[in-house]
Order: sequence, then C-alpha cells, then structure tokens
Amino acid sequence: MADVTLRKVVKRYDDVEAVRGIDLDIADHEFVVLVGPSGCGKSTTLRMIAGLEDISDGDIMIGGDVVNDVPPKDRDIAMVFQNYALYPHMTVAENMSFGLRLKHYPKAEIKSRVAEAARMLDITDLVDRKPKQLSGGQRQRVAMGRAIVRNPKVFLFDEPLSNLDAKLRVQMRIEIKKVHQKVRTTTVYVTHDQVEAMTLADRVVVMNHGRIEQIGTPNELYHNPATRFVASFIGSPAMNFAPCRLEDVAGRLHVRLTDRLAFPLPPQRAARYQAIQRTDKLLLGIRPEHVADARPHADPGVEPFDAMLDVTEPMGMETLVYFTLEGTQVCGRVTPNAGAKDGSPLRMAVDLNNMHLLNEVTGAVL
Amino acid sequence: MSTVAIDKAGPTRKIKYRSMSRDRTWALRWSYFFLVLFAIFSLTPPIYMLITSLKSSAEISAATNPWWVFHPTLSNYAELLTSNQFLRFFWNSAWISIIVVTITMLISVPAAFALARMKFWGSATLATGVFLTYLIPDTLLFIPLFKMFALFGDWTGIQLINRWYVLLFIYPTLTVPFCTWIMIGYFASIPKELDEAAIIDGASWFQTLTRIFIPVALPGLIAATIFAFTVSWAQYLYPLVFTTSTDQLVLPVGITTTLIKGDVFNWGQIMTGALLGAAPPLIIYAFLMDYYIAGLTAGATKG
Repeated sequence: MADVTLRKVVKRYDDVEAVRGIDLDIADHEFVVLVGPSGCGKSTTLRMIAGLEDISDGDIMIGGDVVNDVPPKDRDIAMVFQNYALYPHMTVAENMSFGLRLKHYPKAEIKSRVAEAARMLDITDLVDRKPKQLSGGQRQRVAMGRAIVRNPKVFLFDEPLSNLDAKLRVQMRIEIKKVHQKVRTTTVYVTHDQVEAMTLADRVVVMNHGRIEQIGTPNELYHNPATRFVASFIGSPAMNFAPCRLEDVAGRLHVRLTDRLAFPLPPQRAARYQAIQRTDKLLLGIRPEHVADARPHADPGVEPFDAMLDVTEPMGMETLVYFTLEGTQVCGRVTPNAGAKDGSPLRMAVDLNNMHLLNEVTGAVL
Repeated sequence: MSTVAIDKAGPTRKIKYRSMSRDRTWALRWSYFFLVLFAIFSLTPPIYMLITSLKSSAEISAATNPWWVFHPTLSNYAELLTSNQFLRFFWNSAWISIIVVTITMLISVPAAFALARMKFWGSATLATGVFLTYLIPDTLLFIPLFKMFALFGDWTGIQLINRWYVLLFIYPTLTVPFCTWIMIGYFASIPKELDEAAIIDGASWFQTLTRIFIPVALPGLIAATIFAFTVSWAQYLYPLVFTTSTDQLVLPVGITTTLIKGDVFNWGQIMTGALLGAAPPLIIYAFLMDYYIAGLTAGATKG
C-alpha cells in the first residue's frame, strides 16, 4: 500500500504532447478514477505510472520514492487491462500465480493466496480452466485475481470494463468496488465512462487534451464543475448550455435568454454574479433535472416558463423532454404524469438555485 | 389477415435461403473438382514411384504396362535398407537436419522476438533486411560461399569442404531468415498487453520469451521447425557442390550419384530411395499438422 504522486508529468511523442504537465496526489487506500474522452492522455498517464511508458518530463513517486527509471517489475504494481491479457496457455490458477512463481514464493503460500483471491472473486470453480473456456466477465475476474494475489502497492485499471456488455459492466463495477473495500489497495482506474468514474471513485480526475480539468469527489464535480468541459462531461443527460447575458430589471439582476425570456436570479446567485459585466457573452448551464414541469407552489428561485416540446422520451420513472430555445436544444426531466407530448406545449420551471454561469469564450464557470 | 401475410412471407424467404444454399453447393462442387484435379496431378508422380519401386529391374525394362506391377517384389527395399552406404546417407541427412533445425530455432526465435517486440533503433529496417536476405535465390550464393569456405581452408588450414558438417554452416543461411520472418509475424500477432502483463508480473525479457511467447506462438514455432527441417532435408544443390566423398553425402545427392552408374539408371532403387527419403517429412507433417493448425492464442484477449 502506498500513495502515488505525479509532479509536472509530461509525455511527448515526437512533437505531440500527449500529457502536458500533470500534478496529482493520490493518498494511500484511495480509489482515483482518471476520466476523459479518448486521446485525453488518461491511459498514457496510467501507463507512465505502470512504467510501460517512459516519462518525458517530471516525476512519478510511489510510496515516496521516485520511480521514473524503475522498471515496471520493481514498482510493485499490478495492472488490469481492457482486453484482460490473460496468458492463453495457462490455467486460471497458473495465470494468477505467474507473478508469484517468477518471484519464487513458496508453493504453499502461492496456493493459499490464489485460493483466497479466487474465493474473493467467486471463481474457485474455474481455477483449472483455460482462459478460452471463460466468459468475458469471468476473464475479467481472473485478470483482477492476478492483480490481487500479488498484493501490490498500487492497482492500475486500464478501462477494464469496456469490453463487457452493459449489464455485466454494472455487475463488475460493484464487484470492483467490493474488492477495493476488502483489500484497500491504492487504485488508479482509467475509464472514458463518466458513470463508472462517478460510481467507483473516491476522487475523480477529469482530463482533457493532456491536462487535468478538475479533481474532486463525484459530487463536487457534479454540483460544482470548474469548466464547461467538466460540466458537460459529467452527468447524463448532459448539462444544458444556453447563450445568455445579465441584465438589471427594476433593481433586480436577471438572466436574459431570449428577447421574451428572462428570469430574475435568486438573491445568493445575484450577489455572486453582481460583478460580471452586463455586456459579457455568457452561457447559462443548467442540468436537465433542474428543468422540470412546473408545480403549483414553486420554491423561491424556481421560475416557470412555457416550452413547446419537440421530442419526449419516456424513461419510466421520468420523461425526458427536449425543446428549443433560440436554436439551442434544451433537455428537461419531468414526471411521467406531467402530460408531456411530442409537439405540444408544457408549463415548465427552471430551478435557478442550481444554475451555473459560464464565460462563453473561456468556458470557465463563474 | 395476419396468416395470409405469413403465408406470403414464408416462400419468399425459403426461396432466398435455397438459392444461397445452391450457390454454396456449386461453390463446393467446383472446389471439389479442382481439388481432385490437383490431387491427381500432384499424387501421380509418387504413385508412379511406388509402383516402380515394387518392380524388379527386369520388369521395369520390359515392355509391359508401366502402371501395373505384375511381379511385386520388395527386393529394392531390402537391398537399400541393408546397404551401409544408403544408411550412411540417411544418417547424414538426419543429423544435419536435426542440428540445422536446432541452430535455426536458437537463432531465429530470439531474433524474431527482438525484432517484433524490443523496439530498438533500426529494428524495422533490420526486419525487412532479414526478409530480403531470404529473397536472394540460393543458386546465386553457392559459388561465393564455396569460394569463402575454400579461402577459409587456405588461410586457417581447417578444411570444411567435402565434410558433411560444412552444411551445418550453410543451411542456416537459408533457414534462419525465413524462420525469423515467420516468427516475427507470429510474435507480432500476440497482443501487446500480454507481454506488458508479463513485464508487470515481474518477468524479464527472456522469461517473457520462454514462458509466454514461445508457448503462445507454438503453432508458428512448429511451422518454422517443419520448414527448416524440410529445407535441410530436401536440399540438393549445396550438398552436391560442397560434398563429394560417398561417406559425406546426404540422401538426395547420394541416391543420384551412387545409383546412377555411368548411363545405367537403377530405377527401382532410385525410386525406392526417393520414397524412403520422402517419408520422414511426410510423417512429421502428419503428426504435427494438428498443432500447426490449432489456434492457441484464442482466449488470450477479447475476440
């Protein structure tokens, strides 16, 4: 068990910078998820921690020791790959014990460790099988077992669930969480799936274009995103962004979306945004769950408006509705019995207590 | 209403299905036709060899149907298998082939691993170079090679020409490039994650090669082995040039040089010797074919 520290880590391929100076502190026992779109440098970062890629610049420390030039086998890490990377000619038990056998552990200990890991992952019945006799989910368990038996300082997961079907992915996600609760090994997990990131992580690191956009707990990222990228990347359906500007009407600060549509800001929001230039081009960021059907008794800060629905998507527990505001599509979540129909009007309400205001040019959340 | 619709849909689908199967049937017929044609074409010579090997010299020269044995005899086999000279040829061929295969594998497997996986400066160029080496016809090389060994003998006093073991130096120049090339292909098809997993598990490069790559690429390894064996077993030009004394000869050269005396062709024994000489590769192919085809990499990764 150990903490992992990245200091100004850079990865250059010829003249392309895949990772552009990353600073990250991962505490002992912590489960950190690196998330971002493909090509954002998350996998490269993980592979640099593993030692599979050289570091162009900066330092990586595991347990306080700089490991820049330490080969992977001496870093005391274990890695789970997207395509499992099981040794096809070995049985499950042999796959799991390969690392221990290379290090000449006593046979009895290898046996007990493999049995323990197999029990934890519920693959005891499979230990004598070859990988090709296993299903995708079972293979992924074996790959995790291979990491667990080594009892390393750090677990590294490289999109381990991407090859599984949706249902199995949810199941394995819970499995991974359970394993982490038991073994408490420091974990760095890479995924492009924000749901996986939110559900698994103690802290999520959102990356984009080789840089860290924001680091925070899942709830921090969801409720207080720092940039437009994070705001749009985290959450599904994604946050709505509508062009707007601030306006003083009768002594109250309003956010104006269209010529006919402007909402007065709740007092604490008005105080926060008071200093912003009224001429600045802004974006109103609002999550779909804060664009709901209007209730008879609206809370303060919840402003009603009329919308002409384009499309509705009944999801069972809720209905997603889509309408257009000055050319921008907006998604809202209404109760199933709100009477939302394709092409018909609906009285909606926006909860401005949960609004975000972004600079349209820089994308920064104000 | 709905039943009518189903009735209508039924035959259309059936007809489509049938036409597909008819397509397949025709494709199969044509493939069988050409396969049989090819089989006849390539099996006729060995069958003729077998027929001739079972005849006495008198029957061979008699004006009878050459495709039928009227007085089958095993005397050709008995004579060859009790002849020390023939056994000597066989022995030379076997030794040379086994040692050449070993040398080839010891060189080409690590070379292929290095070229396929350890990305070093110039590795891609080197890999192409290896293949280009194979493309040079061996008939172009025997004169310079002969000259080299002759010079080597002049300078050092170590005479290698007309010794069977000179072939141990020569054959690998033919087998190593090709086997390296096949093995590069096999090793390259092994998912990169497999060696990364091994490296993280604590394996050295050598352990990755011996404990992961060689077992996983076993079909390729066997293919390369068979190739190296066949090349050294069937090689004719080089042994003809480099060895002359009868006790140094290998089977193919031995048969043609000792069983043809002047203009007297001992056809019965020539055919018998050729058949016996063709047996070992045939047996090896037959036994290793399953391995050769088996896809051992299945299940390594998704897919």
